[in-house]
Amino acid sequence: MIWNEKMECMGREEMRQLQSERLKETVEKVYYNCEPYRKRMQEKGVTPDDINSIDDIVKLPFTSKKDLRDYYPFGLLSTPMSEIVRLHASSGTTGKPIVVGYTRGDLKIWDEVGARCFTAYGLGKQDVIQVSYGYGLFTGGLGAHGAVETIGGTVIPMSSGNTEKQIMLMRDFGAVGLACTPSYALYLADAMRDSNISRDEFKLKIGVFGAEPWTEEMRKELESKLGIKAYDIYGLTEIIGPGVAHECECQNGTHICEDHFFPEIIDPETGEPMPPGEYGELVFSTITKEGMPLLRFRTRDLTRLVYDKCKCGRTSVRMDRILGRSDDMLIIRGVNVFPSQVESVICEMPELEPHYFINVDRVNNLDTFEILVEVKDEFYSDEMTKMISLRKNIIHRLQSVIGISPDVKLVEPRSIERSQGKAKRVNDKRKLK
Amino acid sequence: MLITQLSIFLENKKGRFTEVAKILGDANINMIAFTVAENSDFGILRLIVSEPEKAKQVLKEYRYAVSTTDVVCVQCPNVPGSLAKIMNHITEAGIFVEYMYAFSTGEEALIIVRPDNVELTTKVLTDNNIGLLSADKLVK
Repeated sequence: MIWNEKMECMGREEMRQLQSERLKETVEKVYYNCEPYRKRMQEKGVTPDDINSIDDIVKLPFTSKKDLRDYYPFGLLSTPMSEIVRLHASSGTTGKPIVVGYTRGDLKIWDEVGARCFTAYGLGKQDVIQVSYGYGLFTGGLGAHGAVETIGGTVIPMSSGNTEKQIMLMRDFGAVGLACTPSYALYLADAMRDSNISRDEFKLKIGVFGAEPWTEEMRKELESKLGIKAYDIYGLTEIIGPGVAHECECQNGTHICEDHFFPEIIDPETGEPMPPGEYGELVFSTITKEGMPLLRFRTRDLTRLVYDKCKCGRTSVRMDRILGRSDDMLIIRGVNVFPSQVESVICEMPELEPHYFINVDRVNNLDTFEILVEVKDEFYSDEMTKMISLRKNIIHRLQSVIGISPDVKLVEPRSIERSQGKAKRVNDKRKLK
Repeated sequence: MLITQLSIFLENKKGRFTEVAKILGDANINMIAFTVAENSDFGILRLIVSEPEKAKQVLKEYRYAVSTTDVVCVQCPNVPGSLAKIMNHITEAGIFVEYMYAFSTGEEALIIVRPDNVELTTKVLTDNNIGLLSADKLVK
């Protein structure tokens, strides 16, 4: 099912025309209404007259998370506060939060792109959908909420936490869809198993998972544990929250709603555009937003773009799975390590639960790299030799994927913290020193 | 003649065994014998208790990784050379012992043996008139 066939299946050339017009309008808007943008453009010697097509986007300066912090709270708004109807903010774990203001028009765009996502997952007006993303300043809950209401589905505005009630209502209200972080979905799956309620009592068919990077192996785990189809939804607070991109039934990359959010891939080191199909850092420009348009916002997410037409009929560009974030990447003993690599190995091993925690530290000028894993109940053995050889095997598998040898610690069942929102899976103590 | 042994995976952390002992004590389950195999990160606590099924269930409620294994309990006279005789029967039958633990006092020693083939071990030992303690005898 396609929510907006005109936009989602538009010819590539026509789309470029539309993007060009919209970019031009946005550049004018920020140039004349937002001082920091005007200054930045003047420093680069660019005026709105230099932007005539979407190709000219490379002339514009980048925006980063740091800019949003520097102009906290409202310095990057391009619209008077009186037009702003809602504020969202990131968690701000590393200092001041990032604040984004939405106009009524922006919320309509958000509902529209959210509706495209949920429709692509096969959900519709007949379906009850439980939204277990956190509500509040975090964009997940209200973003998914608006999407479900727009497609005419029935929303259970559950928010995160309160797991027993989540499970009870999911069963009693006959939820067909579940929207939450993949780590919380795992947590729910474990809790459902423990509650001794049979899978047959649930109508759950479709998972809408996002807000943190996850792997193909995690998808298999979630699909088999919950008996569902698990779909990826991509978004970020700075751009619009969940709804920037979504998978379709083909599950081969996420379709970007590119009539609203124009993507580029750049070399994270030099900032230069990468050749089509190459991996690099994803950059987004919002080309229809009113409250706080962002031009060339550096997401730090590493991926690539695929422009072929998808079997589902959509012509929109797709982004590949997120390899990781350039700021999530750990450099351990000189080797680049992504938590997603660890995750793919852990999820592939039948003996292990799909939970892990990475500890990195530096002892005597040498990086230490420890991964905590939980063994599934049925694989705990009374024989030391078996446990030791299992541990060796895990180290071996991880080393072949990552390139360096981690220290693996087998820990007791349920001792790795389960996340109810975005999972925290890395503790890099080197950064604290 | 088989005895159910519990094996519990424990991280090497202060107070883990204390907690297990308390959980079993509170459930009115008596420990008859135990041994710990350990390395630097974790240990495997092997336990013979009065009510193994109940103990397993209680420990599972506390999220311990508990498994059960069949072992045999050999009655061995507490005199020099008697264990060698028994072990000779086991070895000659081609049985490999994964691990064993024992304690002796008074007239006899009790030895818990985990062989790779429990049925064969039981047969070999009874055929050679070596006493094996059954689970109910062990408890009382």
